[in-house]
Amino acid sequence: MNAPVPNAEARELALAGMGASRLRKEDARFIQGKGNYVDDIKMAGMLHMDIVRSPIAHGRIVKINKEAALAIPGVHAVLTADDLKPLKLHWMPTLAGDVAAVLADQKVHFQMQEVAIVIADDRYIAADAVEAVEVEYEELPVVLDPYAALAPDAPVLREDLAGKTEGAHGKREHHNHIFTWDAGDKSAADAAFDNAEVKVSQHMHYPRVHPCPLETCGCVASFDPIKGELTTFITSQAPHVVRTVVSMLSGIPESKVRIVSPDIGGGFGNKVGIYPGYVCAIVASIVLGRPVKWVEDRIENISSTAFARDYHMDGEIAATADGKITGLRVNVVADHGAFDACADPTKFPAGLFHICSGSYDIPAAYASVKGVYTNKAPGGVAYRCSFRVTEAVYLVERMVDVLAQKLGMDKAEIREKNFIKKEQFPYTSAFGFEYDSGDYHTALKKVLDAVDYPALRAEQAAKRADPNSPTLMGIGLVTFTEVVGAGPSKICDILGVGMFDSCEIRIHPTGSALARMGTITQGQGHQTTYAQIIATELGIPSEVIQVEEGDTSTAPYGLGTYGSRSTPVAGAAIAMAARKIHAKARKIAAHMLEVNENDLDWEVDRFKVKGDDSKFKTMTEVAWQAYHQAPPGMEPGLEAVHYYDPPNFTFPFGIYLCVVDIDRGTGETKIRRFYALDDCGTRINPMIIEGQIHGGLTEGFAVAMGQQMPFDAQGNLLGNTLMDYFLPTFVETPHWETDHTVTPSPHHPIGAKGVAESPHVGSIPTFTSAMVDAFAHLGMTHMDMPHNAFRVWKQLKAHGMNL
Amino acid sequence: MTVNVNGKAEEKAVEPRTLLIHFLREELNLTGAHIGCETSHCGACTVDIDGQSVKSCTHLAVQCDGGEVLTVEGLANKGVLHAVQEGFYKEHGLQCGFCTPGMLMRAYRFLQENPNPSEEEIRHGMAGNLCRCTGYQNIVKAVQYAAKKLQEPVAA
Ligand code: FES
Ligand code: FES
Repeated sequence: MNAPVPNAEARELALAGMGASRLRKEDARFIQGKGNYVDDIKMAGMLHMDIVRSPIAHGRIVKINKEAALAIPGVHAVLTADDLKPLKLHWMPTLAGDVAAVLADQKVHFQMQEVAIVIADDRYIAADAVEAVEVEYEELPVVLDPYAALAPDAPVLREDLAGKTEGAHGKREHHNHIFTWDAGDKSAADAAFDNAEVKVSQHMHYPRVHPCPLETCGCVASFDPIKGELTTFITSQAPHVVRTVVSMLSGIPESKVRIVSPDIGGGFGNKVGIYPGYVCAIVASIVLGRPVKWVEDRIENISSTAFARDYHMDGEIAATADGKITGLRVNVVADHGAFDACADPTKFPAGLFHICSGSYDIPAAYASVKGVYTNKAPGGVAYRCSFRVTEAVYLVERMVDVLAQKLGMDKAEIREKNFIKKEQFPYTSAFGFEYDSGDYHTALKKVLDAVDYPALRAEQAAKRADPNSPTLMGIGLVTFTEVVGAGPSKICDILGVGMFDSCEIRIHPTGSALARMGTITQGQGHQTTYAQIIATELGIPSEVIQVEEGDTSTAPYGLGTYGSRSTPVAGAAIAMAARKIHAKARKIAAHMLEVNENDLDWEVDRFKVKGDDSKFKTMTEVAWQAYHQAPPGMEPGLEAVHYYDPPNFTFPFGIYLCVVDIDRGTGETKIRRFYALDDCGTRINPMIIEGQIHGGLTEGFAVAMGQQMPFDAQGNLLGNTLMDYFLPTFVETPHWETDHTVTPSPHHPIGAKGVAESPHVGSIPTFTSAMVDAFAHLGMTHMDMPHNAFRVWKQLKAHGMNL
Repeated sequence: MTVNVNGKAEEKAVEPRTLLIHFLREELNLTGAHIGCETSHCGACTVDIDGQSVKSCTHLAVQCDGGEVLTVEGLANKGVLHAVQEGFYKEHGLQCGFCTPGMLMRAYRFLQENPNPSEEEIRHGMAGNLCRCTGYQNIVKAVQYAAKKLQEPVAA
């Protein structure tokens, strides 16, 4: 007796395709200690590199004495900028159109800048040698404040650019000025302000923070002088771009450069850029003809790699007396540190900051961002966000709160009043973004109902009325729109390479599949999620679909994983490649069933003859046929490649609500409740989405409530260990409540929008909104992050509220 | 020095200054334990020594002379995952996986110290281990899963 054919529903379940909370395929190796991270890689004859770094923030290098270091047994070389000069490798281009010193060339620009490298038999000897290199400096005045950097008599920080009046992004107005970039319609915005019934303005500083993934940066470079081939294992979120840059820098043909991102221990934007350490290890390997490993320590990581934020923002809103926003103006001074080394699409030097009109229908808006050099490590990286959207959302959400306070309106009400309405999508913002889809009113209602908002407000009113209440209660509410899926190559490129992404799928004769991608996971679970898309598109069980990425010698060219672009861009590439295969499979099935292909219906995993359920061919049968005996005139095999250039960004959104209780005696804050509703369109793996949201919220909590990069007047970074730099533990981290609505993107092949950065982008202003709300009845409209107990306690004192 | 690592006796000459984490990773090729900070803050390097959780980045290899060390590689028994490993897998307790070996080793020992912990006790008991990806919530669930499983009567 034949086993009964499972019905379509059962077969669909068996695929574990889109919508299934499929457990992660990648976990088996991680939970058994078999991950393969850069520091795990060992090669025969491998040497170790360590870096001599500047103890001062600004100064001239008078002399470097290598003798003592070279005398240590086991030390192979000590290299400085002068050694790299003949190779023209002492400076490198940055992803932002600037140049950065690989090793300090005559002058150091920030504390912990790379000055020399040592290469030795093991890491202990290398560390000894670093101590033995003697560097003599002549100190120069240090400039840390970006406003001071623009003063006429400020010292020239970048002498290499002296006299250059044109930068990569237009005119340079001052010797420490990088660019001024603006967007929107200035005269329309000015007119809105001239005619406004109500105006509010607020200055705010979004402080410098560090993404701080648990794995630091590092690489193992191996140059084979006989074959002229370079292989480098590297902690990179964008291996293909690294290969292109390495080839351009070294002159080694791109086809002879292999970059591999193995398992990566978290990225968060920190691992997009190209750091001097990578370049130095590669140079060292070329010079010495042996593999060279470099892995930085935590202090080096926090002090010298990719900071984020450091935006000094002035926001202004014009509105009618009943709270309808009529205009927005924004001025930003952005501290980019010593080199403009952030990764941004070439055409947007300020990234996508001009998404700062948020979820609101604002008719007139104008934003201007000025980038400035200071004596700090190169900064401005997009930390768990798409190119500055975090700063943009923070700004607009703070400004809407400020306006609500001025008008005595409720935060929820003012948002509802100004939201872009469901029927307005696709909606073009005053800055020219075309938002794809959204339904903000429904989402807001869902959140307010879920937390019983009126009851919370009533409780707060009672507490405010009670002079003996031991706590101040604050309610934060943020309604944000993200912009992800960078991006359309007509407007987005990095170093001139369009920001498409790619997928190659091969179906094997027995019906299993291999997919290779241009992206690289750093914990997002690509192997699991991507397979689910293929499973649904092609009717092959997720279990037999293998996903590979991160090796430039096998993966198709892609721009990598950051800015929440994996699902919106690479996920679309997968669907499109799968659809090419599907189209061919249909033809094969039609041939096998001897019908016209239009007479076939697709059902889960098979092509069926219309009107006759008993006649069908499964995808597995078709795969065999494709290799065994393809229809006459048809090329055998079943595979496809797709390079997906998105027509537009995608615009996920969310509504977050937070309740805080501030201890009036100590300034300590308890996050009583955090409710996060996200809408990322079609949900591929709900379990993974929820995990991403928990992680993003926790990083947002860290930024808002505790992270700080304090510098003293000499430019010493005072908190560069995990003792000083706040990474929340199990104990401080709040409990997260998650929720969702589903508004698919109309232009994405499967309607998915991307999610991993939303919780970071959305939560940070929510915390500030709640903290300020706790003081709102005392007239406070804003306070800068981080809201740690000491800073909050000072506010309590200033307002006469401390017990 | 002699040391028993994951049930296997090892006899090695080491420099007195060699840290345990480097000894494990570079001498014994046990790369499960990771280095996240080298200052005893992150817990990525956590291993079990003589029945205690130890951050191996600030422990000299010679301090384990004559001792018993268990690393994540020794956690599964003949291919059968330990309950904490199963818990992390089932409850999505990891993302990039970098903190995971340290988390697992801490959870393994913590559940022996406190077999039936409350959520709050888990949060305190695991607080020496940092994770940047998961927000901890699912790790708490993973530990709860393991606690439950470890209390089930063993099938004969
Ligand atoms: S590496 Fe040992 S605690 Fe961080
Ligand atoms: S899973 Fe990435 S640090 Fe914990």
